[in-house]
Amino acid sequence: MDPHTSSNHANLLRFTTVGSVDDGKSTLIGRLLMDTKNIYDDQLEAVKKVAKRKGEKEIDLSLLTDGLAAEREQGITIDVAYRYFQTPKRKFIIADTPGHVQYTRNMVTGASTANLAIILIDARSGVLEQSRRHGFIASLLQVSHMIVAVNKIDLVDYSQEVFDSIVTEYDEYSRKLDIKDITYIPVSALEGDNVVNKSEKTPWYDGPTVLHVLENVHVGSDLNVRDFRFPVQYVIRPDLNFRGYAGRIVAGSVNPGEEIAVLPSGLISKVKTITTMDGDLEEAHAPQSVVLTLEDEIDISRGDMIVRRHNLPQVENNIDVILCWMGNDPLEIGKNYFLKHTTRTVNASITKLIYMFDVNTLHRTDATEHNLFCELIKTPHLTDVNTLLLNEIGRAELKLTQPIMLDQYNKNRETGSFIIIDPDTNFTVGAGMIRGAVRSIEETIHVEGKTNIEEELPIKVEIERAPVSLQEREERYKHKTAVIWFTGLSGAGKSTIAKSLERLLFSTGIHTALLDWDKLYHGLCKDLSFSDQDRIENTRRAGEVARVFYEHGSVVLCTFVSPLRCQRDQVKALIPEGRFIEVFVRCSLQTCVQRDPRGLYKKAMDGEIPQFTGINSPYEEPLNPDIILDAEHKSIEDNLKALLEMLKQKGIIRR
Amino acid sequence: MKDINISYLKQLESESIHIIREVAAEFKNPVMLYSIGKDSSVMVRLAQKAFYPGKIPFPLMHIDTGYKFPEMIKFRDWYVKEIGCRLIVERNEVAISEGTHPQKIGVDKCCAKLKTQGLLGAIKRNKFDAAFGGARRDEEKSRAKERIFSFRDEFGQWDPKYQRPELWNLYNCRINEEESIRVFPLSNWTEMDVWYYLKNEEIPIVPIYYAQEREVVDRGGILIPYDDMVKLKPGEKVEKLMCRFRSLGCSPCTGAVRSEARTIDDIIKEVEEASKSERENRIIDMTSDSSMEDKKKEGYF
Repeated sequence: MDPHTSSNHANLLRFTTVGSVDDGKSTLIGRLLMDTKNIYDDQLEAVKKVAKRKGEKEIDLSLLTDGLAAEREQGITIDVAYRYFQTPKRKFIIADTPGHVQYTRNMVTGASTANLAIILIDARSGVLEQSRRHGFIASLLQVSHMIVAVNKIDLVDYSQEVFDSIVTEYDEYSRKLDIKDITYIPVSALEGDNVVNKSEKTPWYDGPTVLHVLENVHVGSDLNVRDFRFPVQYVIRPDLNFRGYAGRIVAGSVNPGEEIAVLPSGLISKVKTITTMDGDLEEAHAPQSVVLTLEDEIDISRGDMIVRRHNLPQVENNIDVILCWMGNDPLEIGKNYFLKHTTRTVNASITKLIYMFDVNTLHRTDATEHNLFCELIKTPHLTDVNTLLLNEIGRAELKLTQPIMLDQYNKNRETGSFIIIDPDTNFTVGAGMIRGAVRSIEETIHVEGKTNIEEELPIKVEIERAPVSLQEREERYKHKTAVIWFTGLSGAGKSTIAKSLERLLFSTGIHTALLDWDKLYHGLCKDLSFSDQDRIENTRRAGEVARVFYEHGSVVLCTFVSPLRCQRDQVKALIPEGRFIEVFVRCSLQTCVQRDPRGLYKKAMDGEIPQFTGINSPYEEPLNPDIILDAEHKSIEDNLKALLEMLKQKGIIRR
Repeated sequence: MKDINISYLKQLESESIHIIREVAAEFKNPVMLYSIGKDSSVMVRLAQKAFYPGKIPFPLMHIDTGYKFPEMIKFRDWYVKEIGCRLIVERNEVAISEGTHPQKIGVDKCCAKLKTQGLLGAIKRNKFDAAFGGARRDEEKSRAKERIFSFRDEFGQWDPKYQRPELWNLYNCRINEEESIRVFPLSNWTEMDVWYYLKNEEIPIVPIYYAQEREVVDRGGILIPYDDMVKLKPGEKVEKLMCRFRSLGCSPCTGAVRSEARTIDDIIKEVEEASKSERENRIIDMTSDSSMEDKKKEGYF
């Protein structure tokens, strides 16, 4: 098949390659390009000419990628270079980063946009400190996927023993990193073993080739698809009748009619249209560039952020960050720098350096892996850190003259990252990843009930994202997932309808889950009372549990009184648009009191339950539910029929 | 959570639009260099999309060396009128009146005078602080290392060893007076991406990209279109051949390739099957191993 015939459907994978000098990185890339037929004759001819001039017999594949004259002369790579190639399945963008001079700066740059990192280890030298550093930086930058290519396997006679011992050693170390998946592959870039074509010389290896992983690794879920974030880039006003806000959706999705908030002003409006030159859209999602128009004329300018009303980022002036220093001049505490975050540039000063990662001296440390890891994340010189030099990484606190709208970097790369610009040189001197807002110890103790020393670790041990994506689950289960939220007075008949619906769905092969007050009350929520505050917490927990089931592919039926709109909106904001279905089970209070299946109304009226919905606590009817069921006059069968019809219409279940 | 599966061409489009808007928002006086070629056509379409339903808020600028094919000039004037965009045409009149020609002073010097000097003079005269170029990183090895926002000093020169790090999608737009930035919104596009986009979006291109019978001189395997400006060297003869231009430059230095491709689909098929890269027919890149890098350092696109 021709490499380009499926261009319009193929998707994009960005990856970065890291390795030390002589690990064979450029050769690996040259091999990938050559074996996927992405090298032109005249380019190959030019490289052959060089080999001839230098009197070498074999052509040097690395010459295909080393771009600058100085590099070709010295046979080294100086700067990040970008390469492109394509197979029928994917288009690839490679950020090729050199392993020696200023490697931190370059690797951080390359990793900042990558979905995957290939780390090269020379089979002859085994796992070096540098190999660990590369893994550490990839983890710090939240590169989700990793290939460890054990290169030059031909030079150790294709030895399984050598390969296995490297895998064991690196695997032990990488468990402490925040990487979604790691694949170890024995390769010879020079000979082409297991790069594009499976090698016959490694019969003991039955895993994928490098290209196979690159073509098949699942990256669709690497983007944050839940939290809608739209930094305003440019205001478009061609005439008095049109006022649009241009920008790129950096996370989540948006539909016309959705209620939005503008930050930092906090003004509320609704999306009127999603405008593009190709026509207005019914839905737009990351990473599309679009123009939004709003229902109301409000004052919005570049640097503002449009978000969903009930899914807000933090708006902060004091931020706690991991900072990579990239300037030739050392970091100056208290100096006035510019900070660019999304489309917003503010003045910033570094108020405090908390610790630094000792990445530069690491290779002189002969610590055990565990100690090495500890040293990576906590410097032994906690007290005397007062600057960062070029290529050093540390944790710092920054004070900003104006607030920015942020998410934690590990939740959202786009709203969690920033660059620092030196106003004297205009050079980009720093790159930062936001951990959160700065909190005082008092605040921390108050909130957490304890100091959070353990939580200072920037590398989390647990893996956040599911190895199996929701899309894969939906494909296997053959139905969409959704959270169906039944709200209504106690005794209205929510559970009865939900239980019948569950039985019905289950019998047609749908994966279901049923959550109700009883299930949570006796376990997860047994610490909660009937107070307003505790009932809000109860709904919050219910929502989070529903989300877990949702993310695992179930149609989740939830029956909770959830009397307040804000409670239901809170849960709604956890679930992607269109997958939270609000069912209002309507029944008059009079009938509910008469039914009183648990005797709760009686207890409430006797004063045993102080705040009971309908009696001495309000019920706010949904303003815009997906369906209203009349549980007072209609039969269960009729209500079930209506429910099923709605689920079919929404495409959750098949017709 | 649903997965995002957006075709990569749409993804590239979105990124380029983001880049173009950043420049319009952060610079006082940007300009888009318009070379009339296929990459320029894509870049102009992206700029239209970036500001729709508004108009492109900056002018296009063509550096005319006086050696452009007449079809290119005709197309240029028609196209800018069609899309309602302001066009600035700049020429290094001094060099042109001196009769600067590659066969007289050599290819490198000719480029330096007509293109590089022409461009640097125009940027200074018009006080532009940012200039978009349609260059792609896959075109040539030294371009692979250039930033999307490429800083130029007050002399318009590029220092490959002192480039600003470029992370995430955050572009540093800060410069001092007299300095400028070259911006390459198509950095991550390949030649194939450009052709597919032209096809999908039905963007018009200069007709000489399509094959037709032309009078050419075969000069070391490169077909030079024959006209009054070409002086036959001993042993050379004029031939009539079906051929087309794979990329467009100045007529004395741009060779045609043998081709039967008369439609965009033919071209896509041809380029996919081609075993030579698109700049093979450009004499300017072949003078030395680092000819493009040297030109770029001096301020060439």
